[in-house]
Amino acid sequence: MVRKEKFIEGFFFINGMAVIIVLLGIFVLLIVNAIPAFRDISVWDFLTGKVWNPEAYGKPSFGIVSMVVSTLMVTAGSLIVAIPLGIGTAAYLTDVASPRVREIAKPVVEILAGIPSVVIGFLGIVLVGPIIAKLTHQTSGLNAINGSILLAVMALPTIISLSEDALSSVPKSYTEASWALGANKWQTLITVKIPAASSGILAACMLGMGRAIGETMTVLMACGNASAFPHSFIDPVKTMTATIAIELGEVPYNTTHYYSLFAVGLVLFIFTFFVNLVSDTFLHKYEKVNR
Amino acid sequence: MEQGRKMVEVMNFNFFYGHAQCLKNISFDIAAHQVTSIIGPSGCGKSTFLRCLNRMNDLIPSARMEGSIKIDGQDISAPGLDVVSLRKKVGMVFQKPNPFPKSIFDNVAYGLRINGTVDKHIGDKVEESLKNAVLWDEVKSRLHESALSLSGGQQQRLCVARALAIAPEIVLMDEPASALDPVATAKLEELIIRLKQKYTIIIVTHNMQQAARISDMTAFFMQGDLVEFGLTNQIFTRPKKQITEEYITGRFG
Ligand SMILES: Nc1ncnc2c1ncn2[C@@H]1O[C@H](COP(=O)(O)OP(=O)(O)O)[C@@H](O)[C@H]1O
Ligand SMILES: [Mg+2]
Repeated sequence: MVRKEKFIEGFFFINGMAVIIVLLGIFVLLIVNAIPAFRDISVWDFLTGKVWNPEAYGKPSFGIVSMVVSTLMVTAGSLIVAIPLGIGTAAYLTDVASPRVREIAKPVVEILAGIPSVVIGFLGIVLVGPIIAKLTHQTSGLNAINGSILLAVMALPTIISLSEDALSSVPKSYTEASWALGANKWQTLITVKIPAASSGILAACMLGMGRAIGETMTVLMACGNASAFPHSFIDPVKTMTATIAIELGEVPYNTTHYYSLFAVGLVLFIFTFFVNLVSDTFLHKYEKVNR
Repeated sequence: MEQGRKMVEVMNFNFFYGHAQCLKNISFDIAAHQVTSIIGPSGCGKSTFLRCLNRMNDLIPSARMEGSIKIDGQDISAPGLDVVSLRKKVGMVFQKPNPFPKSIFDNVAYGLRINGTVDKHIGDKVEESLKNAVLWDEVKSRLHESALSLSGGQQQRLCVARALAIAPEIVLMDEPASALDPVATAKLEELIIRLKQKYTIIIVTHNMQQAARISDMTAFFMQGDLVEFGLTNQIFTRPKKQITEEYITGRFG
């Protein structure tokens, strides 16, 4: 009996350690491969340079500002679309929809999360792109706004599903108290339910954001991949993820260019790390208020 | 203050959850500025009756009512009734203290804001309501702390203050002391007796002593019937029905 328990304990311990080791391993791998890049380029030029042209003859440039701005633009754009839409849909599902509609809609939303990013990117090229091109009178619709819309579609299922869970776990006693004070459905939703569910909704949005920042295939297909500094949402952009995905396959091994792509990966990693850190602190803060 | 004015008139009132009849042909009148207790074994329909008075049962899809309830002369069971103005007139305090996870101030201000009170009047009204609920002295220095940091008894008095803030005429209370300790209960009872000068109080309780202590009138419900209704004093000393006496003396319940 005791031996069996020891065995089970050991089994879970090894599993837990394995996850931590893999994570640390990835981090170490990124750092180790990124460091050699800075033998040839200065950290300052890397972080503040606007031009990314690693294969330029004579004097290559390794500035990541343009791709960082591209990533931030596409991510922010997707959140501007996805957050209101996602919370609105979640509110509709919890408060307005009949039980029948809810029963159908919830699994459909969750299936939406499983659509491969290539398929979404494809829709961006053949469907969203032409529409944008027509509306903005441009030759191509592959640009930041296209990527934003597609990433919004990809972040929506997460945001809807988790926000819906958060909203429907708001205690019924709050709703009743609000109704009893003469509030209607909408006032109750906006002034009581959404604030009470805010920690869950915030977590939902952060997870959606995490998905948008790290997404590669969709933005690679739909954003046009121009390395120039973007000035508006109708400019084509090349995100950090797209840069790594496109260039890492062709770059000669052990060159500065090769190592610099790992440095880009490290910056991306730090970004997502901070998103998680911020969402975590928010979550804990709200947990305290709600207790 | 008109003592004898009829505030609530219940006439041949029936209530159903789906096919199950929960209240059977109830008729009685509740006078203004009195405390009326509703007592009876659990499951007899006390909460259901109370929730009819501010139409909270509208939240339950299968609920259906027949007959009439008039509040201040107006029939509230009509389908087209403006429930929002009804609920402003008929406040409610629930069994378990249920303050919103907001600050003490925002809890009391909630109903005022919903009803469009101008910001500059809100502070005064919050203070007045907290004073009415005998909570002001305990919270005046911490109005912007979370309501959830208050003790259970304070939370319940905060819920009373929140209900009073929108100046109702009637306050419904559904076993408001059942989650409170004896000291907090005594404070709440004191408060209820004070409140009847300004409001009409209808309280559900399963505590006989409490009903006897605080109420002027008592209604005894059983299995959806109104068995007996009269002066609390009379119900507790000379009940007309055998079954009322059995319930009050604790032979079942
Ligand atoms: N939402 C509901 N749906 C169906 N039946 C209910 C509902 N709420 C209460 N009931 C039933 O109605 C009866 C009266 O309940 P209630 O008014 O809560 O009694 P009390 O408050 O006197 O204990 C009980 O038999 C209860 O099971
Ligand atoms: Mg009850």
